[in-house]
Amino acid sequence: MSNIFSLISDKEKQSTSSATETQEYFVNMGPQHPSTHGVLRLLLTLDGEIIRKVEPHIGYIHRSIEKMCEKDSYQQIVHLTDRMDYLSCHINNEAVCLAVEKGLQLEVPDRVKYIRTIISELTRLSSHQLWWGVMGMDLGAITTFLYGFRDREQIIDIFEETCGARLTMNYNVPGGVMFDIHPNFQKRTKDFLKYFKEKLPEYDELLTGNVIFTERTKDIGYLSKEDAISYGVTGPSGRASGFSCDVRKKDPYSAYDRVDFKEIIRTDCDSYGRYKVRIAEMYESLHIIEQLIDNIPEGDFKAKTKAVIKLPPGEYYQRVETARGELGVYIISDNKKSPYRVKFRSPGFSNLFALDTMAKGYKIADLVAMMSTLDLVIPDIDR
Amino acid sequence: MFKSIYKYLSDIFNGVKTLLTGMKITGYYFFHPKEIITQQYPENRETLKMFDMFRGEVVLIHDENNEHRCTGCSACEIACPNGTIEIISDKAIDPETGKSKKVIDKFVYHLQMCTMCNLCILACPTDAIKMAQTFEHAVYDRSTLTKVLNKPGSKIMAGVKE
Ligand code: SF4
Ligand code: SF4
Repeated sequence: MSNIFSLISDKEKQSTSSATETQEYFVNMGPQHPSTHGVLRLLLTLDGEIIRKVEPHIGYIHRSIEKMCEKDSYQQIVHLTDRMDYLSCHINNEAVCLAVEKGLQLEVPDRVKYIRTIISELTRLSSHQLWWGVMGMDLGAITTFLYGFRDREQIIDIFEETCGARLTMNYNVPGGVMFDIHPNFQKRTKDFLKYFKEKLPEYDELLTGNVIFTERTKDIGYLSKEDAISYGVTGPSGRASGFSCDVRKKDPYSAYDRVDFKEIIRTDCDSYGRYKVRIAEMYESLHIIEQLIDNIPEGDFKAKTKAVIKLPPGEYYQRVETARGELGVYIISDNKKSPYRVKFRSPGFSNLFALDTMAKGYKIADLVAMMSTLDLVIPDIDR
Repeated sequence: MFKSIYKYLSDIFNGVKTLLTGMKITGYYFFHPKEIITQQYPENRETLKMFDMFRGEVVLIHDENNEHRCTGCSACEIACPNGTIEIISDKAIDPETGKSKKVIDKFVYHLQMCTMCNLCILACPTDAIKMAQTFEHAVYDRSTLTKVLNKPGSKIMAGVKE
């Protein structure tokens, strides 16, 4: 009897031990996955539900924008950057124009600087509104998506009236802006500021305090300051890891040296921190626009430039702060009407590759939250 | 023991409270439907008007005599970043001077390639083209998106010089 028992228990032991022994396996997340917000493919190495490795595979929406720039004139390059990070299109346009103006050593009128700064901040706001809505939706709250879009619509209307397009505005031209601002621009913007100041606390009420939301973001996706710096994670994602990297403060362009605003830095290093930085940035953006909107100086909306722009031979670099982080534009000119080489340092690319460090050891369900707080725009990564 | 039960219960209570805070906002909008801004498209097609600046498609301006201002100079074609515009020009005898001069035969516009960047409008020296506010561009056949913008029988306005 005892023998049989011992046999069974031995067998049981064996079977249980082989059941707990796990094997790593692979899962493809994307390229057609609703929460990657575009054609991004992540190759996940999983151990049960635990993430061991995240390997981003990119290139599904590569359009060779950098190569196309080599045959385009400097005016034409601008509209291509709309198609990189389409949520900060105005800021991308501005980056190229600033780089070209640097090459031409052209001082743009003050009016242009003010208009560019206001519209950049409106773009940042609209991008963060969309991100907030989508972030809620990724975590299962569809309500936030609709609320985010409701408020974004007001900004889009401002763009449509002044710039002529809702998303890919192409409002900047080297030397200034394409048209003067619409007579309604100031009034509409002020109405929006008033409106959104009332609505922004709703965002906090709806999502920030929500118990499900905090459980899914707090202490999830830890990215230390050292890692953030070594990966070059910039923008709100970097600042949530305590990395002070706001180009608007470090290397002011346009009218940012004339306004007073705070660089939001948090040291939580987790998804919740990245969320809070963006919410706080919305308040700062409102504050920046408030200071500028009544003081737009009179003057030309465009400095005089030649019809065919040729940059003197040399290298020109300009960086700006988009809604996602630091965008760098690097132009090499050989005195022709198209640049010899253009390189974009896009924030999304660097931010994405920190995902591996960030996600290691967490559950697969948290990956969606982490990606949301990185605020990835896939065309920006692939270009 | 007592403490952990207390914590357990207070967690539940706080959780429910935060959920209710969110529900309060949704409830508010449920009872205030006036504050919802949804547009009923396409039912509101008649009243829906785009802003004057809105860039929908490139059109060649014709006046009531079927005359336009395009000289066929191709500045728009050169300014366009993606080959959307093709100017096919022709020679005609100018009735005043008797010399032959360039006129457009066809102003071909490939709407499917246009990115609405507005560079052609800025480039035109005679303001012959503008952006129209149309936005419903869906068609069944892609070839119908290639348009000839100068109307049949149209000619250049008198006095417009390159
Ligand atoms: S709007 Fe831009 S893309 Fe379209 S025809 Fe004009 S220049 Fe070309
Ligand atoms: S539309 Fe204007 S730019 Fe284009 S060919 Fe005619 S006149 Fe020249």
